[in-house]
This record gives sequence, structure tokens and C-alpha cells, in this order.
Amino acid sequence: MSPVVQLRDIRRTYRNGELEVHAVRGISLEIHAGEFIAIMGASGSGKSTLMNTLGCLDRPTSGSYLLDGVDVASLDREARADLRNQKLGFVFQGFNLLPRTSALENVELPMLYAQNRVSSTEMKRRAMAALGIVGLAQRADHLPSQLSGGQQQRVAIARALVNEPRLLLADEPTGNLDSKTSVEVMGVFQRLNEQGITIVMVTHELDIAQYCKRILVVRDGLVVRDEPVTGRLIAAEELKKLLGAEAAAQLTSAPFGAK
Amino acid sequence: MRLLATTIIALRALRRNKLRSALTALGIIIGVGAVITMVSIGNGAKAQVEAQVASLGRNVITILPGSATTAGARGGQGSANTLTVDDALAIQREVSGAVAVSPELRQGAQVLGNGLNWRTSVHGVAPEFTAIRAWPLAEGRLFTDAELRSAAKVAVIGTTVAKQLFPDVDPLGQNIRINNVPFQVVGVLSPKGFNFFGQDQDDCVHLPYTSFMSRVFRWRNTVNNIIVEAPSAAAMPRLQQEIADLLQQRRGGREPDFTVRNQLELAQTATETSRTMTALLGAIAGVSLLVGGIGIMNIMLVSVTERTREIGIRLAIGAHDRDIRLQFLIEAMILSMIGGAIGVLGGIGLAQTLSNLNGWPVLVSTSSITLAVGFSAFVGVAFGFYPAHKAAKLDPIDALRFE
Repeated sequence: MSPVVQLRDIRRTYRNGELEVHAVRGISLEIHAGEFIAIMGASGSGKSTLMNTLGCLDRPTSGSYLLDGVDVASLDREARADLRNQKLGFVFQGFNLLPRTSALENVELPMLYAQNRVSSTEMKRRAMAALGIVGLAQRADHLPSQLSGGQQQRVAIARALVNEPRLLLADEPTGNLDSKTSVEVMGVFQRLNEQGITIVMVTHELDIAQYCKRILVVRDGLVVRDEPVTGRLIAAEELKKLLGAEAAAQLTSAPFGAK
Repeated sequence: MRLLATTIIALRALRRNKLRSALTALGIIIGVGAVITMVSIGNGAKAQVEAQVASLGRNVITILPGSATTAGARGGQGSANTLTVDDALAIQREVSGAVAVSPELRQGAQVLGNGLNWRTSVHGVAPEFTAIRAWPLAEGRLFTDAELRSAAKVAVIGTTVAKQLFPDVDPLGQNIRINNVPFQVVGVLSPKGFNFFGQDQDDCVHLPYTSFMSRVFRWRNTVNNIIVEAPSAAAMPRLQQEIADLLQQRRGGREPDFTVRNQLELAQTATETSRTMTALLGAIAGVSLLVGGIGIMNIMLVSVTERTREIGIRLAIGAHDRDIRLQFLIEAMILSMIGGAIGVLGGIGLAQTLSNLNGWPVLVSTSSITLAVGFSAFVGVAFGFYPAHKAAKLDPIDALRFE
């Protein structure tokens, strides 16, 4: 089975006036279906550029990128937009939901831009199904401002899933969340991955990366480490532990509690 | 084109931010409404001024007698009794270009009627005077040619006289006495107001000139002046010359003892007034459009700029540039249409309200509506579309990072 992503000697150079910045200096990489990869690296390491390249938001200066067998480098702006719409799902650090728009309509958005648009009832059905996967079917008519950060991120994940992409890209999806909510969101990712969805996420938190299956470390525009995760964390268990700890904390503080 | 989907997107975007949509539409409403209101009021004022000028009678030629010299003192224009009814009849008969001719005789007299009395100006005229002076009747009828020939005792009175003598009775059919001669009131002239010199033009009684001369004042043939209506302003100089030639011919070799004057000055004033009002209207409409346009432009520019992030999200999840452009175009068009419609209705409504409150005449013109709606829609669409067009060309990464 051919890989979902095949990068060969990808380079990306930004021109900043006279200065040339080599953000990515030759990365070759294969990502297969069902993988769950964490890309780690300090800021300025080139991990964001790599992510934008994977997301077809940015074009490499040189090298070839095959996404699901399609050569991305040769595509124009519109074709890349269609590719993003059909084969990729995005989850951002800042959620990037449309404000004052219900969760349902936010999730429907990628379908409105699809080349083969389905009927509005079918759109609603699919959006509700995607919200069901992330456990927010009950909140479909809520506005982003009425949802917690974790819930907003789950709406964003549902939006990323709704067109059944080949690859889910998450750019620091837990960056704006507290640790418990982070574990919850990682749980959503793990469940999706178990259902066969390929996920690539950028993070700079090692404990978050521990929920993935494979870690890439990027430094100075090159992949310096590429290894499977040892001692992988399972979100459901971690969550149980966290809740247990909370309960314990409540027990110990009970004599001083209001009741 | 994904027209249907984009229309749904645009409608959702408008609904999502009701305040911004309302403000944008408000800019257009005010722009359109202001222009329509101002132009309607201006047009009404213009029409009223023109009607007032026209009510003085346009294209009127007046023939005045010359001056008389008594014991070395020259009496000034019109003091001689050299103009006669026969002159008027000759002009009517022989000058083919004259549309209507009427002699005018004037004398002050005490008029009695309904147990009241009032001193007023009594005029002897031919029935044509209403046409020449552009002075229609408010009620009743004019005296006829037959009544003119038979020197009938009928009178047409001005509204001031009607008010003074018949404050709570219908003056039609009532009798009045002038120099003890009874006359029946057959008509009341429409109010004309004060003339340029502050005289109340409605304070008058008009009689057939034959009755004036033979029954009331015993004038012998002489008249104060003769008025002639020309078919157009352009025909006036030639007509004046023909009248002068005819009168001179009737006087043989004697010195001319008359003057032929026209109301060219009045016609010029009318044209001048009309031109000034048009310029004023244009300036008002221009300023209103400019102010409205700037308002629309600002709201559009600000709202699109603040939506750069939204555009970034849409681009990232697969929107094409043209989807973004189409979305903003549809949004701007919907707002322009709604704002334009409300603005037209509001503008007309406001103009009517002002008209009712102040008694100003208003005239809603289609051209001002077309101009206002067209310009506002253009500004709204152009300034809603252009920044969106620029934002759509942004890199999605940059648009997403936009704060």
C-alpha cells in the first residue's frame, strides 16, 4: 500500500530582503495510513514550515511531495484548495472557529466548499455524525462563545473530519488548553487513530507527544530524530488517573469543605 | 460557480453579524435617504419658485401711453391719455402673432356688498386677461365675450375682496355696488399673493372694460395700458416691433406717444432662478452622496479588514479565491439592495413628513432615486468587494495569522 505522504528532499527558502532563510533544508519522509506522528522542535526549527507544506498551505522551494499519490508541487492555488478540502483536515492551536456561528454550521463549512456538494439535509446529517464522533452532538446549536476551550477544539476536530480526509493535521492542538482538557483532546485523537485515521500533529510538549505512535524531532530544518514512541500513554487511562487524583484531593480536603 | 453554496455562506455571514450588517445597510440607507429627501425638497422648492414666477405671466408685452406735459411739467411715463381701446382692438385684429390682447383700466373705488364696504382697485379688462396674467379662477366663471359686448353688470373679484365683503357667505351670485352701480359676482380669482412691490394683487375687482367705461367711471376710450401675450419668449422682439409699427401707423406722422415694453427681465429672472436652484440641488445631492458614500466606504473597509482571519479559515479549509470574492460580492449586493430599498422608502417618507409638517412642496424625482441608489450600491459593492478581493489573494497562512 502506497504511503499517504511521501516527501522527497523538501527544501523551503524564504527571502527576507537580501537575507535568505533556509527554513527546511532537505527533509525526506514517508507517512503511512494509520500512523499517529508527533513533530517536535523548538521555535524556528522549521516544524511549522514542514507542517504548512504537508497541509498544502505552502509550496516547497524544491523537492517533491506526493499526497495520496498526487504530486502537490505541480498544482495551482485552486487545485491545492480542493486538495485541502478533500484530503486534509486542519486543527489549529487557536481553534479558528467562525465566531457567532453554531457548532453545526462550523462543521458544515468544509462541505459548503466541496466540489461535489451534497444536499443540505445530508450536510446536516454528516455534520451531526462528525459532532457525535467528538461527543458534542448535544451541543450542535451552541455558539463557540458558549463552549469551553476543549469543546471548541473538539468542534474544530469534527470540522476537520467531516469530509473524511486522508490525513488530519493538528498544529499544537493542545497549546491553548489546560492539562486535563489536553488529555481529553488527545483521547479524541487516539480514538480517531484507532478507527484508522492518519494523524500528524505539531507539539512542543513531550508528554503530549507520548500519546502518539511516532516522534519526529526537527532541528535547523532537518529531521534529527525519527523513532517510535516507547512507553506510549493511553489517554483514557491517564484521564482515569487524573480523575482519581482529583477525587483523592477532594477526599483529603473534605473536612475543610463547605459540606 | 458554486453560486447556491456561496449564497448560503453569504447569508449565514450576514446573519452571523447582525450589527455589522445593520450598520453597513444603515450607511446606504442614510446615503440614499439623504439624497432623495434633499433632492425632493429642493425639486419642490424649485417647482414652487418657477410656478410663482410663471404666475406673473410669461411672454407678456405691455404697451404704456407716453407722457403728458401740463404747464411745462412733464408727467412721466403713462401720464398721457394717448392709448385707447381702439388701439387694443387694432392690435387684436391686425397683429397675427398676438395670442391674446386685453386693455387694462384701473381706478380705486369704494365697493359695497353684504352690508360691508371696502376700498379696492377696480379693473376694466377683456376676458383674455386671465390667460395673459396666468391667473385662473378659483371658483365661478369668467365674464363672456357677449357680456363684454353688452357691458353686462358682472364682476370677478379677488380673494381679498371676497374675504372682506363676504367673510362667511359664498360670494358667487351676490351683488356688489361700485359707484352705486350694482354688479353680480360671477367668479372669484385664485389667490396670487403680493407682487414684487408688496402690493396685494388679490385686492381687486375685475369688470368687463366696457362696463367699467360706460357704467361706472365714464371714461372715454382711454386705457391705462394694453397687455399682449406672445406665443414664446423668442417671438417677443418681432411682436413688439409689429405692435409699435401698427400704433405708429395709426398715429400718422405724429411723435410716438406710447412705449412698448416686455417682461424679458422677468423671463431672465425665471431662467436665472431655475438655473440657481438646479445648481443648488446638484450641490446638495453631491454633498449628500459624498457623505453617504464615505460612510458606506468606511464601514465596508473596516468590516472586511476585521474579517481577514475568517477569510484565512475559509481558504485553509478549501475555499477558492473566487468563492471568497463571490461571497463578499453577494453580501455587499444584498446589503446594498436592502439598504437602497429602505433608503428610498425612508427618503420619500421623510420628504412627505417634512412637507406635511412645514407645508413645503416636495417632488420625488426618479432620476434622484436612480442616482442615489446607483451610486450607493456602487460604493457599497466596490468597497465591500475590493478589500475582499485583496484578502482572497492572501496566503492562507498570513490571513490566519492576521490580528
